[in-house]
Parts: sequence; structure tokens; C-alpha cells
Amino acid sequence: MRPIAEGLFTDETPPRLVGGRHLTTGRIVFPCPPGKAYAPYPLGRTGTVWSYTIQRYRPKSPPYLGPDAFRPWPVAYVELPGEVIVEARLTNVAFEDIKIGMPVELVQIPLDPDAPDSVLIPAFQPIGDSQ
Amino acid sequence: MSDVCIVGIGIHPFGRTDGLSGLEQGVYAVQQAMKDAGVEWPDIQFAYGASDSAGNPDTMVDNLGLTGMQFINVRNGCAAGGSALFSAQMAIKSGEFDIGLAVGFDKHPRGAFNALPSEYNLPEWYGEAGYMITTQFFAAKVTRYMHEHGISPTSLGRVAEKAFRNAVHAPHAWRREPVDLETIMNAPLVSDPYTKYMFCSPAEGGVALILASEKKARELGKPFIRLKAATMRTRPPGSFEVFAPSIDIKRGGSATNIASRDAFSIAGIGPQDIAVAQLQDTEAGAEIMHMAENGFCKDGEQEAWLAEGRTEIGSKLPVNTDGGCLACGEPIGASGLRQVYENVVQLRGDGGGRQVPNNPKTAYSHVYGAPGVSAVTILER
Repeated sequence: MRPIAEGLFTDETPPRLVGGRHLTTGRIVFPCPPGKAYAPYPLGRTGTVWSYTIQRYRPKSPPYLGPDAFRPWPVAYVELPGEVIVEARLTNVAFEDIKIGMPVELVQIPLDPDAPDSVLIPAFQPIGDSQ
Repeated sequence: MSDVCIVGIGIHPFGRTDGLSGLEQGVYAVQQAMKDAGVEWPDIQFAYGASDSAGNPDTMVDNLGLTGMQFINVRNGCAAGGSALFSAQMAIKSGEFDIGLAVGFDKHPRGAFNALPSEYNLPEWYGEAGYMITTQFFAAKVTRYMHEHGISPTSLGRVAEKAFRNAVHAPHAWRREPVDLETIMNAPLVSDPYTKYMFCSPAEGGVALILASEKKARELGKPFIRLKAATMRTRPPGSFEVFAPSIDIKRGGSATNIASRDAFSIAGIGPQDIAVAQLQDTEAGAEIMHMAENGFCKDGEQEAWLAEGRTEIGSKLPVNTDGGCLACGEPIGASGLRQVYENVVQLRGDGGGRQVPNNPKTAYSHVYGAPGVSAVTILER
């Protein structure tokens, strides 16, 4: 299985997200913007949930490439300490157990859990609480 | 400098009008506004027209008359109407023209807005993964805000309940049936913590405002409303906006903060001087957050304000007296001008069952939208 886009993850195991660090201001963003103002900057793998919601209806296609059969999924903003707050799915957690401030770590999950060749997207799961 | 004045207003009812294009709804609004002002199309020297999804506004000269007048199209996200109004105001302030038009209309398909990453300088994967969704952002923003400032889900429900209750008395509103708090709270969730009654829907409608110099307004001989300030601003560093793959840990202000601050400065008054306000309420929490972002209360005070009904018609600061976006829906090009239309109705004392009592003299309007834009107006009678 391959990532949903080139340059999102580092090649190491386990992978990290690749952000961008502004060459003059030091501001860190995700993903790394094209062009020369930002240099690729691997982000920390762990952080805390800053905010979240549950996506309860299927996004329109295009642009959404997820499966036709829709099941609600949680999406969060995760604060990576000292770096940036990134948007990504949450996984391996019941909706009612999601709390702002809970520690989470980066994993890769398939965009379509039922497709053997699905692309991989970034997600975070509770630390020490994965199934 | 003399004031720019609003001398005529017109609206095509919001909602869904099968068989009428967005542009035709805009034309309808223009005709209403001209009748209101007592002018004819050849009198209109210029226009700024806003539409996001319903075609080029300047093509309405086919319907209204080929007078050769100047007509500039504006496309500026949710601030499109506000930008058209700002521009029309500047055209008169400059002395170039005496009387002109700000018009906005739109007609969106059913369902959520469907934005594409390339329109917002974002990579394709962001949309493919399912994140190009305005409701997601608004839900995540309010979840954080509620956590930081102690706002309860019930307060979200109270905002929606008020919107539908006010809209009962607004002929131009779309959803005009009251919905009780329990029904709102127990409705299906769309994006937690928002239930379906707490989000507005993309819609259709048209609004037209005729602006004139003070000299011209006096010549027309009808009561007029003064446009004391109109601002449109973009985002500062550290803001949290629609379609954000990442945000800065060091939090900053918002486009709304800047547009509001500058509008109050230009008008020479403060939030405490405003008698009625229309605040962007694309979802219930937006109205709550925008109460503070526009300076009407401090973060967290909204919980008490709503419990005590301080934003109801007849209370301290009536907010969204026509039901706002929640009850009117959101035709992007027209939505910001609807707020100004409603404020003119209120300042004229023509609000009927939704009229703010005691002859309000000042009114405030505010829009916010992707990718971090805001427009504010302050009117005085």
C-alpha cells in the first residue's frame, strides 16, 4: 500500500509526517509547501488532541476518494509540542472516548479499510490504548 | 466628508425558487430597490455585483437596460457582498459618482458546499481524504472554543431556537417555522457537536442596495440611512480558518477582529453603542464566537448572555433579527447584503413582528468566510 501523496511521510519505520520549516521565520507548517521558502521538516510522532469532530456524512466526490459505503469517522487537530497543530483522522478510539488533551501517536491507516490496495492516510491513535 | 447613504433596498426571498435563476433573483431585488428609492435604471450610474456560483452579475444589464453604465463583478468568498458594498461606497466617497448599486445573488446546489483544493492553494490529497468540508472546520473550531471558554451544547441550541423564532416574522426568510430547543438538541448530529438544525444550508436569493451621496439622497427626498463604516479584511498570523491542514500553536486573532476594530474606529463608536447586530451564523457556534470576536462581549460570557436571553429582540443586543443564515440559508453572493438589508429595515422601523423596540439608531453587520475573510458594516439613522 502506498501513501495518498508523495512527500507526506518519511521513509523510516515507523514513519513521521513531513512538515515544512520556513527558512527565515522558522514557522512550521503541514504539509511542506512547494517552492523554496520552506524546507522539509519531519514532525514529532506524538502529541495531544487539540480539537476534533465526527464527520457523519459522506463528503462529496470529487474530491473525496473514500469508499462509497460511508461510515462516520473522527477527524482531529493534533498539537505536536513545539511544532504545529496538524489535521488528521483519529483511529482505534470510540467516538465517546475522544477528549481534548488526550495523548496520541501517528499511524498510517487505509482510506478504504475494505480495499486491499487502498492508499494510506495519516491518523493518530491513543497512546498505550491501541487495539 | 459627507456620508454615503442607503436610499433603496430590495430583496428576493431566500430559500429555493425553482424556475428562477440566481441572476433573475438579483434583477428582482434591483427592481424592488429602485422602486423603494424612487429611481429608474438609467439613474443608476454604476454597480458592483457579487455572485459565487450563479454567473456574471454584469450580465443583468440584459434584463435591466443597456445604458452603458459601469458594472464591476466581485467574487470574494463569503465576503463578496460586503466587498461589493465597500466598493460601491468608495465610488461615491471618491466623488466619481453620486448614485449606484451594490447587488448580490446566488443559487447553490443542494447539500454542503463542494470546494476543490486547487481553488484554495491546497494539495489534492487534502480533498481526497475528505477534509474540504466547511462543516468539519466549524465543528472543530467550536469544540475547541467550548472547551476553552465553558460554552455548553445547550447554548448552541438556544442560538438555533432564536433564529427560527425570529424568522417567523421575516418574509424574506426560508425556514419560518419555530423549532423548540428539545427538537434541536435531539436532532441527528451532522458534525459533533452540531445537530442538523445548528447548520445553515446553501441556498438561493438576491439582495440590492442603492447607495447615494448625501447630497443626492437629500434630492431624492426620502428618509435615508447613513453607511458610517464598511470594512473588508483578511486574516492575521495565527488565525484558524476554513480548510486548514495545519494551524500555528501560537494563536492569533481573526479577520473578524480586524474588520470589526477598523469599522468601529471609522464610525467613531464602540460595541456598546450598537442597538441591533447581524452576525455571521453559518452555524450556531459561529454566532456565539462572533459575539466576542466583534467585541460585544468577552469570551465565555455568551453562556450567560444566551441563558438570560440578552440577544433576543427587545433585550440588550438583538442578534440576527431575521433568523440569520440559520433560517435564511446562505446564497454566498447575497448573504452579507441580506444582513445590511435587515439592518435598514430595523432602522426604518419596518420590522413588523421582529422590530427591535425603542427606535434603534445604530446597526452592525458582520460576515466571515473562507479562506479567512471578513466584512463589517455600521449603519446609523
